[in-house]
Amino acid sequence: MEESKGKEDPRIAGISSSIRVIPDFPKPGIMFQDITTLLLDPKAFKDTIDLFVERYKDKKISVVAGIEARGFIFGPPIALAIGAKFVPMRKPGKLPGKVISEEYSLEYGTDKIEMHVGAVQDGERALVVDDLIATGGTLCAAIRLLERVGVTVVECACVIELEELKGRVKLGDKPLFVLISST
Amino acid sequence: MSAPKVGEDPRIRDIMSRIRVVPDFPKPGIMFQDITTVLLDPKAFKDAINLFVERYKGRNISVVAGIEARGFIFGPPIALAIGAKFVPLRKPGKLPGEVISEDYELEYGKDCLQMHVGAVESKERALVVDDLIATGGTLCAAMNLLERAGAEVVECACLIELPDLKGRERLKGKPLYVLLEAH
Repeated sequence: MEESKGKEDPRIAGISSSIRVIPDFPKPGIMFQDITTLLLDPKAFKDTIDLFVERYKDKKISVVAGIEARGFIFGPPIALAIGAKFVPMRKPGKLPGKVISEEYSLEYGTDKIEMHVGAVQDGERALVVDDLIATGGTLCAAIRLLERVGVTVVECACVIELEELKGRVKLGDKPLFVLISST
Repeated sequence: MSAPKVGEDPRIRDIMSRIRVVPDFPKPGIMFQDITTVLLDPKAFKDAINLFVERYKGRNISVVAGIEARGFIFGPPIALAIGAKFVPLRKPGKLPGEVISEDYELEYGKDCLQMHVGAVESKERALVVDDLIATGGTLCAAMNLLERAGAEVVECACLIELPDLKGRERLKGKPLYVLLEAH
């Protein structure tokens, strides 16, 4: 059951209905929120980007960081519209230059996220973008990476939040803005 | 050493100057064309997108297919600007729904690209986008996926071409448009 956050903008219903739920992916019991069907609807995709751009365009944000790979779909259009740089945050070994890494916990084991050295400067204001927040582990790692080099993370922005997994709690005092909350 | 294509638009030189070459990545002897530095310059990034949009707007293109993962950075802004859907083409196991798969050859071994069933319809006109064309193997696989679903590939579009690797010849006669070449 999906509901939108706060006072519902009329565009949100269209965005919500364009998302496809796929049961048992990547494993049994998981109801996967598939945003690829949103991308097939040019109006829904445009509305999604516009909702973020309207929120961030006057907030002096100079960096939009997007988490590989679906954050690469939503981050760049936002960055372009607000005049910010786009910084891809990637799995290990993908970025060709010198990187800084941040490890984070998975259900079993750990993973790492990386960013190029020099991509961002001390004092910049950043947005972190991904399609969805689940446990918040990846987003937290992305925030830590940016803060380690002196960047202020203004907000995290996702299309969907899986409320039950309490990612918002894991982000602590870092604000989170989502278009759709899924329970 | 990079060079712009014939009939150079003045914006291209600026984009070219933002590309960083990283030697010996992913392995010794390879001069990797790093586009992440273009993304750090909002004007250069915007100019790159605009160059593609100006070319493809008004040509009845209803699908922009982007190849994981750097095609996800350039494809969506183009799709949004020309009113087309965006279709991600991904490595195996990433797309949650029913997929069609296309195998292709690597220097050593094989790889596979996948697209969701139903993402494109018969007779749609498609663009395939990636950051760079090297041997053309991935782009060829992408074209095959779209054609198998009944779409017509109008053109392949990349920022950079490595002409020494002759990827252009692997595109089954389909046109290729690039902003610049690198040797």
